[in-house]
Amino acid sequence: MSLVAEPGLVADREQADAQPRRRGYASYVGLKVLGALGSLFFMLIVNFFLFRVLPGDPAKTLGRGRLVSQEQIDAFNKTYGLNQSMPQQFVTFLKNIVHGDLGISLQYRTPVSQLIMDRLWPTILLVGTSTILATVIGVYLGIKGAWNRGGMFDKISTGTSLTLYSMPEWWLGLLLIAGLGVGFWFVPGIFPTGGLNSSDVDPNSLHGVLDTMWHLVLPVTTLTLAYLAEYSLIMRSSLLDELGEDYLQTARAKGLRDVRVRNHHAVRNALLPTTTLIALNIGFVVSGAITVETVFSIPGLGLLSTDAIDVPDFWVLQGTFLVASAGVILANLVANLIYGWLDPRVRT
Amino acid sequence: MTAEVTAPRLSPRQLARRRRVASWKRGWTRFRAHRSGMVGLAVLVVFIAIALAAPLLADSSGLDVTQADGPILHAPTAGYPLGTDENGRSVLTLLIWGSRISLLVGLMATLISMVIGTLIGLVSGFFPGWVGRIFFRLTEWFLVIPYLPLAIALATVLGRSLVNIIIVIGVTSWPGTALLIRSQTLSIRERAYVERAEAIGAGRWHQMGRHVLPNVMPMIFANTTLTVAGAILAETTLSFLGLGDPTRTSWGTMLDSAFEVGAITTGCWWYIVPPGVCVVLVVLAFTLIGNALEEVLNPRLRGR
Repeated sequence: MSLVAEPGLVADREQADAQPRRRGYASYVGLKVLGALGSLFFMLIVNFFLFRVLPGDPAKTLGRGRLVSQEQIDAFNKTYGLNQSMPQQFVTFLKNIVHGDLGISLQYRTPVSQLIMDRLWPTILLVGTSTILATVIGVYLGIKGAWNRGGMFDKISTGTSLTLYSMPEWWLGLLLIAGLGVGFWFVPGIFPTGGLNSSDVDPNSLHGVLDTMWHLVLPVTTLTLAYLAEYSLIMRSSLLDELGEDYLQTARAKGLRDVRVRNHHAVRNALLPTTTLIALNIGFVVSGAITVETVFSIPGLGLLSTDAIDVPDFWVLQGTFLVASAGVILANLVANLIYGWLDPRVRT
Repeated sequence: MTAEVTAPRLSPRQLARRRRVASWKRGWTRFRAHRSGMVGLAVLVVFIAIALAAPLLADSSGLDVTQADGPILHAPTAGYPLGTDENGRSVLTLLIWGSRISLLVGLMATLISMVIGTLIGLVSGFFPGWVGRIFFRLTEWFLVIPYLPLAIALATVLGRSLVNIIIVIGVTSWPGTALLIRSQTLSIRERAYVERAEAIGAGRWHQMGRHVLPNVMPMIFANTTLTVAGAILAETTLSFLGLGDPTRTSWGTMLDSAFEVGAITTGCWWYIVPPGVCVVLVVLAFTLIGNALEEVLNPRLRGR
């Protein structure tokens, strides 16, 4: 490629041009797991920096309100190794996290790890349901819009998606509460305005399960609308990228029906970049969960962390930050592994 | 005068500049043909005009809680076209002044994010070997940290002020930009004119500053408008969660107080709907402009 025979330059170029050998799936998995571990470690450094280095005096911020006397401060500093040097502090910090010790919440006076375990399920239920619904509906809308580009359906669906995408998801939630929860004008409010179950129902009975589902209708609708905007836009543009490809022409020339060309040829290929983009944007899912839980007061991890802001309960914030980042890193890894398994071309 | 114009002696720099002006003009002509982009631009111009003319449109004393004399949480009347808030202030006044803070935070945070993103993207794309690789890894690592938990943690640690919220949004939103700039840099680095510059002895910084940067500039420009959209949304969300500057009114802090005083359950729609509609309009405007710019500047997308 290079016409100039400058030694250093050629070496660089050759390296860049050399066809990378395609890896087997096992070594691809190894590489990705290694990358995820790197991310995890980096996240821990960020976490350490955020909560131990940046505030200046952690005993003051982390132990706020509890530590009065000098002895207490000294004991606190000793437990969390705050009187050690920075690198030593970091090692202590890692040790505590590996042992599941995330500190004790200032607000609830219970271990943060316990709090997180208690609050995990509502979040998973809410986010899981919404993500599945949004993926199915969003991908369908994207396919339908891209296939008849510029048509009435495409215009309406793209316009709606863009508007939903520009909307803070919690504001949409507020509107739904005001409209369908409280009721306005002549419309009666039929849905509960918040919480996960009514106070007079046993959450473990059949009635309780139905009651929880009823409570989840509005929050799940909010999150589904927020997520599907993104998914449909991504799917639409990935499919549009495929439309000009030769293999579609070939498929049509073979006399295949339009639906078959779409579903068996174009969509299959367009789904691959969609998977990556969805994986990359998974942090977006976390943000949605935090704000929507706050608005609907669903006792999940999101509400836990926003409740901690005003105190401020740094232990809880640190714990939820850790769990959220670890969750995103894990989801990313899973998406990468699926992608590499489906499409050997990315295993370079 | 005319003689000079017909036979201009232009330095290479002037020539380059002239070419660039011509290319911006071509871009503008194409942008003008883009309907949704123009709609976005029109909406944006209106909001910027409102933000700039705020002192003319509404007296700033209307923001002062101690001077408020209106009824509390009252529905729209002739004197208060959008009703009043829990302190008896006119919601319209808050809305007009709030546009200043929301736009300011969005633009300043974007500036920080673009500077960091462009620098890291350029370096990681242009420098081969370990320097580039380290910056690329750094970008990838930052990319997977979910932005809102990070922003909440950072904002809580730093404290509530206008400058801090700008910093928080700025330093959490750059990785996407960096990746985009990196991929552009990688492709431009392989072009013949960069190779030629290198052959006649241009140093790395010269190549980067004079050849690569001007060519990624249009992409940075398109990406900036999209980043502003994200930054305004981020400001609204962080303020809603109670991390905004308590002494200033933005659309996000308005929605926060509306939620706090229970405007939803009491049906005070005039306190919830207008700030949200403003956010949606401004963010949508930036998104439409950004999408239009991308289509204008990226030949692959043209004709979609």
